[in-house]
Amino acid sequence: MLKVMLALIPGIALYVWYFGPAILVSITLASITALATEAAMLKLRDRPLKPFLSDNSALLTAWLLALSIPPLAPWWLVVVGTTFAISVSKHLYGGLGSNPFNPAMIGYAVLIISFPMHMTHWLTPHALGGVELTFAEQLGYIFNGALPRGLTLDAITMATALDTMKTQLHLGLSVSDIRDMPIYGRLAGQGSEMVALGFALGGIYLLLNRIITWHLPLAYLGALFATAGIFHLVDPAHYVTPLFHWFSGAAMIGAFFILTDPVTSPTTAKGKIIFALGAGILTYLIRAFGGFPDGMAFATLFMNICVPLIDAWTQPKVFGKKGDGK
Amino acid sequence: MKAIFRFHGGIHPPTHKAASTRTPITPAALPSKLVIPLHQHVGIRAKAVVQVGERVLKGQVIGRPEGRLSSTVHASTSGTVSAIDMQLVAHHSGLPDLCVTLIPDGKDEWIEHGGVDYKQISHTEVRHLLRQAGVVGLGGAVFPSDVKAYSNKHKIKTMVLNGAECEPYITCDDMLMRERAHDILRGAEVLRELLYAEEVLVGIEDNKPEAIAAMRQAVIDDQHEHMRVISVPTVYPSGGAKQLIRILTGIEVAAGVRSPEMGVQCFNVATAYSAWRAIRHGEPLLSRIVTVTGNVDDARNFEVLLGTPVDELVTQAGRRPDTDRHIMGGPMMGVQLPAATVGVAKATNCIIASSPALFPPPQPALPCIRCTRCAEVCPAELQPQDLYWFAKSNNFGKAQEFHLFDCIECGACAYVCPSHIPLVSYYRYAKSEIWEREQESQAAELARERHEYRQYRIEREKQEKAEKLAQKEKAAAAAKAAAAAAAEKARLDTPSDPDADPDDTMQLRIEAALARAKEQAATTQPKNTDTLTPQQQAEINEIDARRARIHASAHHDAEPKNE
Repeated sequence: MLKVMLALIPGIALYVWYFGPAILVSITLASITALATEAAMLKLRDRPLKPFLSDNSALLTAWLLALSIPPLAPWWLVVVGTTFAISVSKHLYGGLGSNPFNPAMIGYAVLIISFPMHMTHWLTPHALGGVELTFAEQLGYIFNGALPRGLTLDAITMATALDTMKTQLHLGLSVSDIRDMPIYGRLAGQGSEMVALGFALGGIYLLLNRIITWHLPLAYLGALFATAGIFHLVDPAHYVTPLFHWFSGAAMIGAFFILTDPVTSPTTAKGKIIFALGAGILTYLIRAFGGFPDGMAFATLFMNICVPLIDAWTQPKVFGKKGDGK
Repeated sequence: MKAIFRFHGGIHPPTHKAASTRTPITPAALPSKLVIPLHQHVGIRAKAVVQVGERVLKGQVIGRPEGRLSSTVHASTSGTVSAIDMQLVAHHSGLPDLCVTLIPDGKDEWIEHGGVDYKQISHTEVRHLLRQAGVVGLGGAVFPSDVKAYSNKHKIKTMVLNGAECEPYITCDDMLMRERAHDILRGAEVLRELLYAEEVLVGIEDNKPEAIAAMRQAVIDDQHEHMRVISVPTVYPSGGAKQLIRILTGIEVAAGVRSPEMGVQCFNVATAYSAWRAIRHGEPLLSRIVTVTGNVDDARNFEVLLGTPVDELVTQAGRRPDTDRHIMGGPMMGVQLPAATVGVAKATNCIIASSPALFPPPQPALPCIRCTRCAEVCPAELQPQDLYWFAKSNNFGKAQEFHLFDCIECGACAYVCPSHIPLVSYYRYAKSEIWEREQESQAAELARERHEYRQYRIEREKQEKAEKLAQKEKAAAAAKAAAAAAAEKARLDTPSDPDADPDDTMQLRIEAALARAKEQAATTQPKNTDTLTPQQQAEINEIDARRARIHASAHHDAEPKNE
């Protein structure tokens, strides 16, 4: 799990480069909360602390969750999400290895349903040249909820590229009009596209190190690309390019870091492909037609439910029993 | 160049083979005693045919085979039988078995023996010789070779000669092939002819170039036109019979299927060698090559008399003082010996002296995170993570559904498990639980049959009793009537005489009682089974037959399942 966290670093570094160091605060906050919750739950469940605290699984959950939450969010948002992820969705189901749902995504789902307002205020990238808070001012907001005089939250944050696209399309603008807005970059959101690229690089590192196999990311990105591609070809004015979908929101981090959680994904090669295809199509459908800004989390959770079924369906034939039933 | 095939998965553990291949095979010193198990083979234990105190010669039969699937056991040297009793043996059960203890006299005096030209005798006779010589599979399965070298129903196309030796540390086959390739192949030729096989494919892992070269040279020297020596990639467990068959022929032999059914039979190189010694030289299987390695100063291969105590053997290789246990076989599938006093048996290919430094205790197991590294390496193409889950939750039905019994227990899964879960132990546990339950359910079935029969018997006896009672009452009534009539008649015949002899009256009474008893005996049904209706008899017969069947199958299943 250490290698997985290592693989997240390029993405996080680019995050800091484009959006400032606030994300590091939420990562730290989430990490401390995760370790404390993990320790408390282990104590309650009468399990040894050392092997489980040092397996880095709680930290990984914390990092993934922190990366799904706007950096400029009140501190308790991160704490509530992480606590829920570790205690309810992990330990109440039996701890490491026994949880049916991806804990980070459960944490995200709880937050976006309970506190939707706080979950939409994302930082504007430096490149847009808008009003920016200093790091101290950011800390002040995170821990005290106090903004510098004369500033509103809306002035210093924005919705995500995906969210903006969806809202503006509802307002009747066409895709090309929206893409001309300054928040968009070459492929998708200004800055966020680069962060997505960073996660993709980390994902390739995981593939090369055989930490993950190609099945999940390839099938997921393929399904997302194909579904988005069909809609885009039919009606380019109202449906953005598949590449936009790839480099927006949680697609990249999801493909390489979230779907690939072995505990909550199928074990067979065929099963992994079915699982990821389903998640890719669902992500697109939720993004294009659903009520939430991104579809990754709910697509993952929905497919998590199907894992036992998929595994049972896709049992491979064993040695010597492939041919004519011999 | 022949095409070779791949099997799924496999691992590449460090081989540790170099240490024991530096020196040629050395004859081990004559030990102070030999503990020779009478059950060193698959099948029925040999029957001891010597007495305590008896002097035996080298090669003399001390255990005769019992039944078709059994083998002969010989005295490995000349000496005196000092005990025939239960001793710990080199077997994974850890249970004691019947052993003959022999105190060598140091003369190593052979019994009269001599070889034959196998071409001059019938195949049946050759097989008989193999059985008499106690030749069994030396790759570890110790299946009687005479039984395997027989293709009656199935036409064998290919005979595979297994020289892969994929387990780390073990080099006994490697050294045997380097030094005695000619005799191995001569033995293989005999076995090939017994099977009427078209070809012999010798599979050797490519990390043994010397052995491959020696075997290829021997093929050329002796002009074995049916044989090919094939270098196979080094990947554990390529030496598993089914894996090697897959590599060499592309045929996958499923669990529960015997390879001859698919036209292939497999022998180990050491088996072929002992077959040749037995037939050509009349030497029964008295010794084998054993790799002694691990925590020793001078790892090497010894030619060891069967029965040599492991302790005495390992000492000759310079066992280091911190050795805490001995492993028979390799680190992957080997078993820890119950004691260092056990005798080397036919299945003992390697003894690894182990120390805490060499094989540290396993790290504590962490939860399974379904990473499927195990499934990636499983040569049987199972889903070990699912089997683990089912075994752990005692869901044995599901474990069987997921092909638990296809597991060959090679240990590749446990080797790669990042959570250090001793997976194979879980599978062994599940398998033994399932066997036990099957036996229990058979016993329960037997008990149910018994109970039903008992109910039936009680019911029948009750009926018989009722019938008997009814008849008794009838008879009693009849007797009473008869007695009354007789009394009346007597009264009329002999008018009452006050002077009548009281003895006469008594006489009359006795006669009446006797008559009553006679009558009663005539009307009463004899008891129980002597007079059954045909229907009752048929039912009983059927029940008896069913019981016999159950008995037979329960007994049959209790036989060891390994092969």
